[in-house]
Formats: sequence, structure tokens, C-alpha cells
Amino acid sequence: MMVLIGLGVLVAGFALRINPLPVILAAAGASGIAAGLDLHRIIAVFGKAYNENRYVSVIYIVLPVIGLLERHGLQERARGVIADLSGATVGRLLIVYMLCRQLTAAVGLISIAGPAQTVRPLVAPMAEGAAGDLDEDGRERIKAMAAATDTIGLLFGEDIFLAIGSILLMKGFLDQYGFAIDPLTLSLWAIPSAIAAFLVHSTRLLRLDRRLRRGERP
Amino acid sequence: MIGLPFVYTVIGLMFAAFAWLGWRDRANPKRWTNGLFWGLLAASFLVGDRLGDFGNGLLVIAVAGTAIFGLGTRHRAAIDPDARRAEAARRGNRLFAAALIVPAVALIGALTFKHLPAWFDTKQATLIALTIGVLIALATIGAWLRPSPATPLVEGKRLMDAVGCPAQMPQMLAALGASFAAAGVGDEVGRLIGPILPHGLFPAVFAYGLGMALLTMLMGNAFAAFPVMAAAIGVPILIQQQHGTVAGVAALGMLTGFCGTLLTPMAANFNIVPAALLELRDRYGVIRAQAKTALAMFAINVTLLYVLAFPR
Repeated sequence: MMVLIGLGVLVAGFALRINPLPVILAAAGASGIAAGLDLHRIIAVFGKAYNENRYVSVIYIVLPVIGLLERHGLQERARGVIADLSGATVGRLLIVYMLCRQLTAAVGLISIAGPAQTVRPLVAPMAEGAAGDLDEDGRERIKAMAAATDTIGLLFGEDIFLAIGSILLMKGFLDQYGFAIDPLTLSLWAIPSAIAAFLVHSTRLLRLDRRLRRGERP
Repeated sequence: MIGLPFVYTVIGLMFAAFAWLGWRDRANPKRWTNGLFWGLLAASFLVGDRLGDFGNGLLVIAVAGTAIFGLGTRHRAAIDPDARRAEAARRGNRLFAAALIVPAVALIGALTFKHLPAWFDTKQATLIALTIGVLIALATIGAWLRPSPATPLVEGKRLMDAVGCPAQMPQMLAALGASFAAAGVGDEVGRLIGPILPHGLFPAVFAYGLGMALLTMLMGNAFAAFPVMAAAIGVPILIQQQHGTVAGVAALGMLTGFCGTLLTPMAANFNIVPAALLELRDRYGVIRAQAKTALAMFAINVTLLYVLAFPR
């Protein structure tokens, strides 16, 4: 029971909006101490996993390219192109993007798009361009929706690919219980949810368009 | 053979440059902690494998300790928006072509590198392709726009500062998962929910889905929640007792967990880092935008599981 104290530390830290990095360390320390691990071991376990997970931070490598192009007007161009396109709306733009994201994720291409690679330099400014004139709050919601659409497309597309991490994890777990499951079978079970996610989120995006047409807050 | 050491060397050098730029920035009152923070990251990427487990632990403590003092925000005069608009009109769609170099190389690399095991570490094809894509893009754009050599780093640092401390959240949360596993947090959750399980098929399906979503929200990752919930409810009750389809119970359980991913700051790479990258004032703005879709998908996944995965 006491080892769950780490989860409590995390929830409290996020709720109080304390700087997350020390909160995460404190959570690891609290659960480790409650489990009776010695301090040296707690630090070593965390350090080992931190070092092994460096690949998670590699994505920032694209920032110099994105920053350089932004300096030369990439975001303005993205906004301008969409604003000139008749019939372009935030909803239609994001629906097309979500479909591309789901289809590429479904064949395993999960890193060709993402918040740093495509959303900040292209998708968010295009969505802003399609939305027309908005106040600061409205622009903020449009940008947030662009990032949300990227993530939803990824999460409800990638499980159709049979060599993705979550499929391999499930297969490994089920093997331990003596269930031999073909990865293809697991990935087929992801298709109904993928279609449902596309329909649900598209409906929300079209309703966002309707609110924008009426001049309401997006 | 090109592998992770190549990738980590390139990004380590980039962080070293960010540290130098941060430390040199006299307009930032927190330039010391700013330089130290990115400098520690540079050290991690360049020499992390030689520090040992305990040494890396001390490095993380230093990173988190530096973060407490704040990194400062730079108030560097932005380039004139009118000038940028004029340049956008002049450069035209070639700007898009340049922006697509990195995704295009990542795509080509993901498809081809695995057939070239003598040249590339095939398990890391994506990260290697991303790194090579960045180098090709910088060379191409450099030849075209002729920026000063420091400009890509200065502009990259501008975006890195926009993200700030949350940049380290995904990696630290991944390490936290290992710490929780060593402390037995998942096993303890499984022991706690065992005795309070409801009877009947639908209540059990609902408890499994809700457990996946909530535990994913707490741990930040459906991967961490799945073994716990599958061992507590999925296998013993839904599969062995109620004869559910094994693949359906597993796959839809995982997808229900993904609904939790959309709702939690613990999934920092999906929720907090994008909000920082887009410079949203509300750090939970992306979660708010995702919430309705996540809740609807939770209901749909639980229903699909109940309707499709059990014999009638």
C-alpha cells in the first residue's frame, strides 16, 4: 500500500503546478523508500533508465531546421497559402491531416510527422490561416486542436501496424500466459476503433467549423 | 556502422551549443541555470554511457535541481513580422519543400535502412534517418538562404527555450516507470483492485476499461498499465472465466488505455511538450482540446469490447 505514495506525489505535484522535474524525482524517491530500497539503489535505477531512454529526447534535433525556416517566413507562408485557398476551413484541413496521419501510422511511419516536425511549422499556422481573424483565445484553441488532431491520428492509427511497440508488448505478455497470438490478429482488432476515432473527431472538427462560421468562439 | 552513438553525438553537440548560447545571453538574468541545464543534457548525450548507473542518477538530480531555479525566458527582439511576411511571399512554396526534407528523409530511411544492415543499425533506422534528414536539410537550406553558420543554432535555441523544462519530462517519466517497477507499484495496484471486482460480464468489462484508462492517466503510459490490468482482470476474468476472445480483450484494452493517454499531463510527450512548442498560455490546453474525443472513444472501445469479443 505504501509504495503507491509515489502516485500521490505525482498527482499532488501536477495539481499544484509545481515544476514537474523535481516532482518526478520525488515520486521515484518516495515509492522507492516505501518499498524499502536503499537510496543508492533508487538513484542508480532511475539513472540507468534515464540513460537508456535518451532516444525519447532525440526529436528536438529538428528544432534548428524548423527555427531557421521560421525566421525566413515559413509560418507566414503556411498561413497565406491556406488563407488564399477558397473552401479551406480549419475542420476540413485537420480532417485531411488526421486521415494522412492515421494511414501513415498504420503502416508504421510514426516519426514522419509530430508536434515538432509538422504541427508547429505547418499544420498549426495553416489552421490559423484557415480560421481567419480571431482573438488570442481563439487562436490558442485552434493551435491546441491542431496538436490534438495529430495525437489522436497517431494513437488510433499506429496499433494497426503489427510491429509497433504496444502490439509486441501485448504479444509478449500473452505468450507468458500460454496464449499464442499472431500480431496480425491483434492489429486487425484495432481497425474498428481507428474508424470510430476518425468519425468522432471529424464530427467535432466540422462542428468547430460551424461555430467559426457563426462567429462564435472556436 | 551508423547507430545510436552517431545520433547521440550530433544531438549532444547541439545541446552543447545551446548551453553556450544560454550562458552567453546577458539579457537573461537566469543565464547560469539556463546554460547549466542544457549543458547537463549535452553531457548526458555525449558521455552518458561512461557515467555508470549511479553517476547518471546524480546527473538527473542535477538536471531537476537546476530546473527548480528556472531557465529564464529570453526577450530577444523578434524579427520584424512584416519582414517575415515579405520574405514568405518572395520565397514562396520552396519554403514548404525545405520543410519537407526532414520528413521525406525519415520516410526513405524507415523504408530502406533495414535492408542495409552492414551500414545502419537496423533497430534504430528511424532515429538515424531523422538525424541524417536534419543534416541534409541544414546543408540544403544553408546553400539556398545563406544564413550565418550560427543562425540555425540560435533559432533552434529560441524554440528550445519556448519548450523549457518540460522538454525533459518525457525522458524522466520513462525513467520513473522503471523506478515504479522496481518498487512494485504495478503489482500493488493489481492486489488492491482484485478483491473489489464486480460480478457479471458488463461490470467486469467496464472495470477493465476504466482501470486501463485511469491507470494510464496515473502512470502516463498504456504500456505500463496493460500488464497490471490484464493480469488483474483481463486474463483471469474476461478471458478464462467469460471466454472472451484473447486478441480482442488485449487490443481493445490497450486502445482504451490510449483514451487515458489523451487526458493526462503524465503523457508529457503527447500533451505537455506540444503545448509548450506551440507557446500556448494554458499548459493543459492540448488536453482540453482532446478531452471530448477521448471520452467518446472510451465509451466506444468499451462497447466494442463488450459486443464483439464475447460469445453470445
